[in-house]
Amino acid sequence: MARYILRRLAFSIITLFLLVTVVFLITNVFPSDPGRQIAGPFASQEQVDVLNEQLGTNDPLLNQYGRLLRSSVTFDYGDSFQVGQPVSELLWPALGRSAKLVLYGLVLTVPAAIAAGMFAARRRNTFIDRGIVTLGVASSSIPEFVSGVALQYFIGVKLGWFEVLALAPRGSNLITELKHLTLPALSLLVVYFGYIARMTRAGTIQALDADYTRTATMKGLSTRHVMRRHVARNALQPTVSVVGTQIGYLFSGLIGLELIFNYPGVGRLIYNASTSKDFPLLSAGVILVGIIYMICTLAADLIIAWMNPRARLQVTS
Amino acid sequence: MQVPPPDADGAAAAVEVDAAVAAGDDVIGEAGPITGLAYDMRGERRQAARERRRLLLRRPGFIIGVLIILTWIVCGVGGDKITPSDPLVPNDTSSLSPRAGHLMGTDQLGRDVLSRVMAGARDVLIVAPLAATLSVIAGAFLGLLMGYYRGWVDEILSRLVEVLLSIPVILMALLITATLGSSKIVVIGTVAVLFTPIVTRTVRAAVLSEAQLDYVTSARLRGEKGLFVMTREILPNITPTILVEYTVRIGYAVFTVATLSFLGAGIQPPSPDWGLAVSDTYALIPAGQWWPTLFPALAIASVVVATNLVADSIEAALAA
Repeated sequence: MARYILRRLAFSIITLFLLVTVVFLITNVFPSDPGRQIAGPFASQEQVDVLNEQLGTNDPLLNQYGRLLRSSVTFDYGDSFQVGQPVSELLWPALGRSAKLVLYGLVLTVPAAIAAGMFAARRRNTFIDRGIVTLGVASSSIPEFVSGVALQYFIGVKLGWFEVLALAPRGSNLITELKHLTLPALSLLVVYFGYIARMTRAGTIQALDADYTRTATMKGLSTRHVMRRHVARNALQPTVSVVGTQIGYLFSGLIGLELIFNYPGVGRLIYNASTSKDFPLLSAGVILVGIIYMICTLAADLIIAWMNPRARLQVTS
Repeated sequence: MQVPPPDADGAAAAVEVDAAVAAGDDVIGEAGPITGLAYDMRGERRQAARERRRLLLRRPGFIIGVLIILTWIVCGVGGDKITPSDPLVPNDTSSLSPRAGHLMGTDQLGRDVLSRVMAGARDVLIVAPLAATLSVIAGAFLGLLMGYYRGWVDEILSRLVEVLLSIPVILMALLITATLGSSKIVVIGTVAVLFTPIVTRTVRAAVLSEAQLDYVTSARLRGEKGLFVMTREILPNITPTILVEYTVRIGYAVFTVATLSFLGAGIQPPSPDWGLAVSDTYALIPAGQWWPTLFPALAIASVVVATNLVADSIEAALAA
């Protein structure tokens, strides 16, 4: 196991290095003039030059690359161009708020999706099973911002059950905060429920058809016991890996939802950075989300290795 | 088999070829020479394709999906020639709720929402399929090369593909459009580039499992060039996989392009594009003005769901 963890960590670090390189290539090798982009078409050339000097875009490319690599280790990305504050000071509080929303969303989604997936698997090819699968496909193929506006209108405005905007007033307690976060969290549920449920269903069907399940049933164990000890343990591996990979994607899906529900999380921050060409903030945001994604997939892989010793033999699928 | 095989491997291969010929003769029976065999196979293949088509047409999901997409194509092609009023010009009081004359109401500038939703089909239906097509071509090319030749190039490219897959598409697209500015060309290129690793992975996996099969080995032993084996032997056998991937990609491309437009990094105003319309108007929902947002949002959902229905049906029909 220790060997596996080490190899898996090394893989993550290589991936991180490549990610930083890709981000660097995109922001630097494409012909672009950040100073001009920020100052706009009417600024004088001197102003643009000064801006480029400040941004460090006139330095040799290798120096800039080294700087970005170093930043990714220390997480000190310098000052945001638009706000003037250090990038990390902007990112961390926003990340905290997004994490709260993601966590709430996952707490709503994962148990419901696993239950639905296992339920569907045990009633394979019945009307209910088809309904769950079709609903899952349909709901997970709709962009987050679309389901977001639909929920905002139908549940928030029409029925008035939950707050329409996600940020609770300063100093309100957890219950109020959660009430404000419910609609965006439900939008996450709409998008991710189907995918997780489908994976659970597939895993469960495989486990139900396996020989060890037949043996367990035939030696007279109760259905309840078979489902819990024999099926669930094996069936949930694809689910764990999907949940792990989806958390990273959740953060990007958040962009639309945080805009619609006006929530100052990391998605909205990255969006603002992209519209205002705030490259230090934008690169840092993208790398941060990449790191989160990597940590989540790493965690998922380790959990799977813990659940299933055979998985320890390979580093990548 | 008249010439003595030079080594053990050759011998084994020769025996295999013999076995294959014998098996083939058994199947064909008295049909006779190789030309007859080729002819029969072609006829069989045509029949299989016909049966698959019939299977496809019997699936309600396929019919519904195609009808929805056709409707939007008609709207997109017709453009402002078939819309009830001009989608770009204010032509009534602003913010009217849905009523006779404006079935979907008017937006905050007084433009007819129905006309805008109809005309809004055009850009996304050009941009998304183009991006998907490019990514499938590039992905199939890379996947074939990597899966067939393996080696260290494959090793490095596979790592790179994993990295690119670990970055959420939307974030990468924001990064690229912030650097290059957003025009239709940039959006098409960005989505195509970001989808390529996904297609590459699918195609590579399919090629890997195909390359282990006997027909590939025998083609190699015949002394065929790599290019021939890849394009004439392997490609036809993985075409179903690529086709399914292609339809799925179109769905995701619509999804991604709409999201990018919503984020201001995709199709630009004054296009009546759906994602753009949603982002222009969603701030009015808390005030109760839902129609300029909800109708284009439903239009996006309908296209994505329709493409997925078609993709699922094709997959099921090919698997049957």
